Amino acid sequence: MGAVRRFVLRRRGGDRWHWTDVVAWTWLVLGLILMLGPAIWLTLSSFKTRSALNEFPPTLLPLTTETRMVEGYEEPLELYRVTLEDGEERVLAQVRRVGIVAQMVDPDDPGERIDVPIAAREPVRTTELATENYTEPLERFAFLTFFYNSVFVTVMATVITLIVNSMAAFALSKYQFRGRGTVLIFILATLMVPLPVILVPIYVVINYLNLFDSLWGVILPTVATPTGVFLLRQYMLTIPDELIEAARMDKASEWKIYWRIILPLTAPALAVLAIFSVMWRWNDFLWPLVVLSQRELYTLQVGLNAFAGELNVQWHYVLAMTVLTMLPVVIIFVFLQRFITSGVASTGMK
Amino acid sequence: MTEDTQRTTSATTSTPWVGLKAAAFWPLRLVMDLVDRPLAWLQATFGQRAMVVFFLLPNLAIFGIFVMLPLVINVIYSFTGGSALFLDERVGVGFEQYQTLFDCRDFTDPFSCRQDAFWAGVYNTLTFMLLQVPAVALTALITALVLNREMRGRGFWRAIFFFPVLLSPVVVGLIWKWILERNGLLNALLNGLGLEGTVWLGDSFWAMFWAIFVSTWAHMGFYTLILLAGLQSIPRDLYEAAAMDGTSRPRALLRITLPLLWPTMLVVLILALIRAVQIFDEVYVLTGGGPGTSTQMLVQYIYQTGFAALLRNLGLAAAASILMGLVLMVLTLLQLGIAARRSREVAG
Repeated sequence: MGAVRRFVLRRRGGDRWHWTDVVAWTWLVLGLILMLGPAIWLTLSSFKTRSALNEFPPTLLPLTTETRMVEGYEEPLELYRVTLEDGEERVLAQVRRVGIVAQMVDPDDPGERIDVPIAAREPVRTTELATENYTEPLERFAFLTFFYNSVFVTVMATVITLIVNSMAAFALSKYQFRGRGTVLIFILATLMVPLPVILVPIYVVINYLNLFDSLWGVILPTVATPTGVFLLRQYMLTIPDELIEAARMDKASEWKIYWRIILPLTAPALAVLAIFSVMWRWNDFLWPLVVLSQRELYTLQVGLNAFAGELNVQWHYVLAMTVLTMLPVVIIFVFLQRFITSGVASTGMK
Repeated sequence: MTEDTQRTTSATTSTPWVGLKAAAFWPLRLVMDLVDRPLAWLQATFGQRAMVVFFLLPNLAIFGIFVMLPLVINVIYSFTGGSALFLDERVGVGFEQYQTLFDCRDFTDPFSCRQDAFWAGVYNTLTFMLLQVPAVALTALITALVLNREMRGRGFWRAIFFFPVLLSPVVVGLIWKWILERNGLLNALLNGLGLEGTVWLGDSFWAMFWAIFVSTWAHMGFYTLILLAGLQSIPRDLYEAAAMDGTSRPRALLRITLPLLWPTMLVVLILALIRAVQIFDEVYVLTGGGPGTSTQMLVQYIYQTGFAALLRNLGLAAAASILMGLVLMVLTLLQLGIAARRSREVAG
């Protein structure tokens, strides 16, 4: 026992445990449960059948009561493990429940009815994944359309963001011209204007441009990001000007210099911006909510919200769709976690 | 023979990746090379300055059309009325929209106001700010202090706490809505402890509590990373010197860590405040603003008034958003001022 304790409590450097260590580890374990638990619970729940979701208290794993077709009954009957009065244990099928008594039959010999108090029976349960939660919305609702819309918006907005922002960053980092400071301040100033403040007038502008109820109306207002311009500009400033001078000697056009020399060298910063842009656009909610009114144009987030807001929330579908909406972000996070956290720490953007 | 083996080895190692990359970038390459001709002509005719304009134009145009122009339109809009959408069809009403918003018999009681939803939104947003900002700052501070310790798997733990930040507000709202359901996990856990659960989101106190809790849960990881960066910039030798003098760890925390972290903390507080003023999506998905108007925030009022209501009133929504914009502007200038002072301190 003492050896085990020494092993568990052993620390690098051989220091004794300080009370702050206990506090720290408690916080970490609590954090682990609280931060990951909800998403895991969501995923587990999403594989439960509709009836299993209504159970209280809920089970951890998706369990269903086994059923069996019994001769003489049209519907499959639920199986229960029953302790009879004489102490014998049998598996019986429940025909119906009347108050605290359940009428049961032996599935192999359905002739004889047996009355059992409900306290003396346990359902026969197996783990079963209700994959129909995932497959049915794909067929019955426009889930695939939402998914396609979200992918289209995310990919297009990210590609345009990268091109447009890197062009501006190139001009602001590699050229000396009058008004450069003004342009920088102008771009910085747009940071001060968050979407909710200009929700109404952007909507008006979008209508002037005839982009209401169009995916381009979702994409265009978001593609120029001040944070993106600054991130790329800071990075481009570190690229030596000699490279550009050499290219000019070789009669390369300015566009070629941007596209063939600067862009490839900015790849790491572009990657960070791309990851963020994908996250932003995938998760966008308020703006698509305002600009899209036709159901078939909804992005996943808007579609999911509309679906979850309906009067009879069909949780078994909503949970499965939520998991699918979350999945791309989780995958990106698992693989690119290091880029993301270091990107946030160095730029303070989100 | 040798050529053959060479080809196969290169095919198994690098070609698939290179090929895939080339295929993915091929259309982009084609477009970029195609536009080179006209752009080279532009450069030859108008000189390098034209190219600078060309590089800046798309970005500035988008900012102009979708940020600056809307700002102007917003101001004009807030002084007009009627149900028309386009500017030339709207009628000027002077300060009427603002008067409507401020038409209150008693400013402390939202229900005495003509736009009771606006004032409910103002007070709810205030409550939210006053409670969520300290909550998120405090939890982020503790987490950052814990993560700043010498320990194995620090990257893993950092990732755990950051994970919710990446979830969309809709997903965050739905996850917690599911946990807080009448038959949900929380009530089951409370039941297991012998406590009575409740319909959490049906009660105005608890709905606000969970709105604050959920939004703290979702954003804490972001501020943790900023604070962590601040902690790591504190010179190690300060702690070594303190340890040499026999300073206890809690004392070192109070006398060294916290004072030196304060500038970073200030940035976190203001960023969190700016966020809190604009709170909408996760709370909207979680509670829908309810029960009643008890968690309806300012942005939700703008959205409802301008877009979701049957009788849309874009002028009123514009006026409300300008009032919010003024508050945000003050906060942002404060943030920029602090950032400028910090960079001066660092430079000096």
